[in-house]
Amino acid sequence: MAVVFVRPKLPKLARDPWAIQFDSDGHLKHLLTIEGLGAEWVTRILDTAESFLSVTGRDVKKVPLLRGRTVVNLFFESSTRTRTTFELAAKRLSADVLNLNISTSAATKGESLLDTMRNIQAMQADMFVIRHEQSGAAHFLARHVEQHVSVLNAGDGWHAHPTQALLDVFTIRKMKGEFAPLRVAIVGDILHSRVARSQIHALNTLSTGEVRVIAPRTLLPAQVEKLGVRVFHDMREGLKDVDVIIMLRLQRERMEGALLPTEDEFFRLYGLTPEKLAWAKPDAIVMHPGPANRGVEIDSEVADGPQSVILQQVSNGIAVRMAVMSLCMGGREE
Amino acid sequence: MSHSDTPVSAHAPHDLDAYLHSMVHDLRLRIDSGALRDPLMIGIHTGGVWVAKHLHAALGLSEPLGKLSIAFYRDDFTHIGLHPQVSPSSLPFDIEGRDIILVDDVLYTGRTIRAAMNELFDFGRPSRVLLAVLCDRPGRELPIQADVVGASFMLDHHEEIVLSGPEPLNLSIQHRAVEA
Repeated sequence: MAVVFVRPKLPKLARDPWAIQFDSDGHLKHLLTIEGLGAEWVTRILDTAESFLSVTGRDVKKVPLLRGRTVVNLFFESSTRTRTTFELAAKRLSADVLNLNISTSAATKGESLLDTMRNIQAMQADMFVIRHEQSGAAHFLARHVEQHVSVLNAGDGWHAHPTQALLDVFTIRKMKGEFAPLRVAIVGDILHSRVARSQIHALNTLSTGEVRVIAPRTLLPAQVEKLGVRVFHDMREGLKDVDVIIMLRLQRERMEGALLPTEDEFFRLYGLTPEKLAWAKPDAIVMHPGPANRGVEIDSEVADGPQSVILQQVSNGIAVRMAVMSLCMGGREE
Repeated sequence: MSHSDTPVSAHAPHDLDAYLHSMVHDLRLRIDSGALRDPLMIGIHTGGVWVAKHLHAALGLSEPLGKLSIAFYRDDFTHIGLHPQVSPSSLPFDIEGRDIILVDDVLYTGRTIRAAMNELFDFGRPSRVLLAVLCDRPGRELPIQADVVGASFMLDHHEEIVLSGPEPLNLSIQHRAVEA
């Protein structure tokens, strides 16, 4: 069977593409990728998120940190969970929020990303949250925004989805504590997954004991071992002694050609069922970045079962995004 | 005798026990007279919580001590950003309609108290808020005054009061590092 693999064009990045995330004082300004943050900043973001969790339990679920600031959600790809949690995070920080779904807007009339950004910047935006199908789109924006504007990457192509990875390690830390003794398995469509790339960077940044990927060869990027993971093609071997199982969504819309036999076949081999879950540690937790294809990569019984923390991931996502927004926007005014 | 009536010399030995005792005495009078009804106590992170622990124990208040961390309410956020370690506020009670004793270690510009009151009202609407501080000093930038004061210090702007703790509590007056 012919495997057709079309790699998307990556824009040229600077030699040290993650350095742009910091201002001249070494303060976090943009969040584009986990790379370059180091354990110190990742931990600082998680600690800050921890204190934002408490805001959710109050009468008024709002703090005035970003009052008077404008956050613009620029979504060139559809998203429900990510966009709404970014929106809620900004609102809980008292910012004004503008949501733009560009697929239905000017881009279809031929306006470029840069034009869109400049027009919105002229409306005094302070932060852009961008999701784009092109890898590197958030970097591109960060290089061109005005000095005071921050850019958060909400997913660019196959490249990165840093806030998702941060909320995942935040959830793992809350459930399991230390990272050093943990074995974490990421299962499924690694090839098309910006989430997996960011998760691997985040887990390795925090010195996780072992990070595994479990997938068929056709759904693994070339030289995936170089990211610092152990590769498995078999679920029984891969799930043995694992503390955390992260299931990925099978990205059917990104499949070009015959990377997979059929979805039924995939579910039989890699779909997380109660039987396969039993191969992991008895207290293993099950995660999924959503939206889950039930019956394709995960069985409903597992997704809704006692070991699933999928809904905690969603609520943790708000606190983590509040932390990233306030760390990027605070303390940069003279 | 109240220590708050006459300013204390910055260089005199600091009798912390006496300051705390005077605060307890003042607060108890207000409770006994009915001016404060069944009050809740809330300390401002971190020094205010240390002081509040002493007052809370000495007054024998029945409900647990609340802690307020004003990091998300500071008015200098755009200049200095978030503190690296923000410990969350914890108010293990409902403040709606209650009398509240708000406790801090030092009352200086008044900005901390402004932030604390803003945060407090995001938890509910208390009936009355009374401010108790261990140390008062000149330098107010907002119209805020304390109701109960352990000791007043006449200090220049280059001097600062530093409380270390939690056990033992220790008070010292230090010269502020000169700003560049």
